Amino acid sequence: MNIAEKILARASGREEVKPGEIVQPKVDMAMVNEITGPLAIQAFKKIGVPKVWDNSRIVLIQDHQVPADTVKSAELHRIMRQFAEEQEIKFLYDVGLGGVCHQIMVEKGHALPGDLIVGADSHTCTYGALGAFATGIGSTEMAAVFAMGEIWLRVPSTIRINATGSFKKHVTPKDLILYVIGKIGAAGATYKAVEFTGSTISHISISGRMTLCNMTVEMGAKTGLINPDEETFNYVKSRARRPFRALKSDPDAKYEKTLEVDVDRLEPQIACPHSVDNVKPVKSVEGTEINQAFLGSCTNGRLEDLKAAAEILKGKKISRGVRMIVTPASQEVYLQALKNGFLEIFVKAGALVTNPTCGACFGGHMGLLAPGEVCVSSSNRNFVGRMGSPEAEIYLASPVTVAASALAGKIVDPVAYLEE
Amino acid sequence: MEISGKAVIFGDDVNTDVIIPSKYLTSLDPEELAKHAMEGIDPNFAEKAKGGVILVAGKNFGCGSSREQAPIALKYAGVKCVLADFFARIFYRNAINIGLPVLESPGVSKEVDEGDMLTVDLEEGKIVNATKNKVIDALRLPDFILEILKDEGLINHLKKKIGGKRS
Repeated sequence: MNIAEKILARASGREEVKPGEIVQPKVDMAMVNEITGPLAIQAFKKIGVPKVWDNSRIVLIQDHQVPADTVKSAELHRIMRQFAEEQEIKFLYDVGLGGVCHQIMVEKGHALPGDLIVGADSHTCTYGALGAFATGIGSTEMAAVFAMGEIWLRVPSTIRINATGSFKKHVTPKDLILYVIGKIGAAGATYKAVEFTGSTISHISISGRMTLCNMTVEMGAKTGLINPDEETFNYVKSRARRPFRALKSDPDAKYEKTLEVDVDRLEPQIACPHSVDNVKPVKSVEGTEINQAFLGSCTNGRLEDLKAAAEILKGKKISRGVRMIVTPASQEVYLQALKNGFLEIFVKAGALVTNPTCGACFGGHMGLLAPGEVCVSSSNRNFVGRMGSPEAEIYLASPVTVAASALAGKIVDPVAYLEE
Repeated sequence: MEISGKAVIFGDDVNTDVIIPSKYLTSLDPEELAKHAMEGIDPNFAEKAKGGVILVAGKNFGCGSSREQAPIALKYAGVKCVLADFFARIFYRNAINIGLPVLESPGVSKEVDEGDMLTVDLEEGKIVNATKNKVIDALRLPDFILEILKDEGLINHLKKKIGGKRS
């Protein structure tokens, strides 16, 4: 079996599972944020079960509209707090105490190797970076999980992405996942799992692995996974909040198909408006003028991402006419970026540093675009209207490309631009 | 379960950000969400859907975020059923869980035009296009999903099933 099948078998109390079977696994962890949580809480109350199945396995995170921008948002936050109190849920990451939900789940040791995790947010698949089977669900389904601690899932077939070789300077895991999405297509992995293997993957940090798994949902995937290794165990050692049982793909595991990627030859990639699979080499859209550059999100708002951008922006000024927004993914990332001097570099370069939030990425309470404006963003979706006006355009790229483009005032290939 | 209505057509890869834009997600009121259904691609949709329609789309309908507000907005706007070549998985589950019937029918987007009169038989997995006098095959839903839809969603279904047993 491959890792996805092994985790579903383990969680369902089965020796073996096969793609296509419907199983009823037990959930190790369930997460909601304040956009999906209040609906789940309302639905849970209608079921008529007084207590959640296990209050130590539920995580509540305020991240989309923080700090509250409207009275409505403040009410959503309050519903989350009240539920935590009623159900004695310890893991409530309130305003100022957490950050973007997926970063928190990994950083705070709630997501662990071998886990089956459901989250009421589509980017829950991020935790596959640690070798967990993690998938996004909706609010009503989450209410049922709150009540019963289990869910039905169809065992997915798995597409393997085998990446070999080393990244060239200024080429990153974001470029790799954009390239893969361009090849597989926005619906090419629908209902399926995506497993990343190969020598490149073992040399990528947990941060970069999160970027890879995070965007598997942009191909329609149920989850993305990476087999846990020394890097994984070193990362979770000091963070794990409970025992876990890591699982890995067998050498003879079956895959629906394998896509081979030669990373030695990979150039910086960019997803052009208005779909995530409209991927091209950055070179081919060089010169496109931008109004906004966004660095942040559950895809690319970690310390490594901020560091890469800070190294480029150090001692320089962002191009006149471009506004740059930098959103660290969590309070921990914010603090580390502060201590390391990255935030100072951003401020001196003329960028606006915000609190950790999903705000700009999902077109919530800040960082919106006017009609006709163009944004180059390190986030995960470039749908029509995603970041504000339906008449705005969003290009998705790596933190390196975002920072270099902010300096240039137009989209540039960072390899050529920075090495000149 | 038979559902009839006029077809409203959409294309491929219709994402949840256009079905219900992020700025409306702070509302918990289904009627309020319904007013903005499909606003991202068809600002007149809410008006069009009043009185009940069957939405017919291409591939990957409902891709993107996990927001359950997407199927809620469609349901309360008057969508009685969604037919598509295939769906994005979270939207598919959400629709069933809130009691909005969804049926996969590979190729359906080529068999139906705007305004065609359709009848969907969920138990049989068949679609009748009365306007074109054609029967279109769909993938029949598994029995346990049909049960959830008959109970008008997962919450009622669970209530019936556990009857407060787990207290």
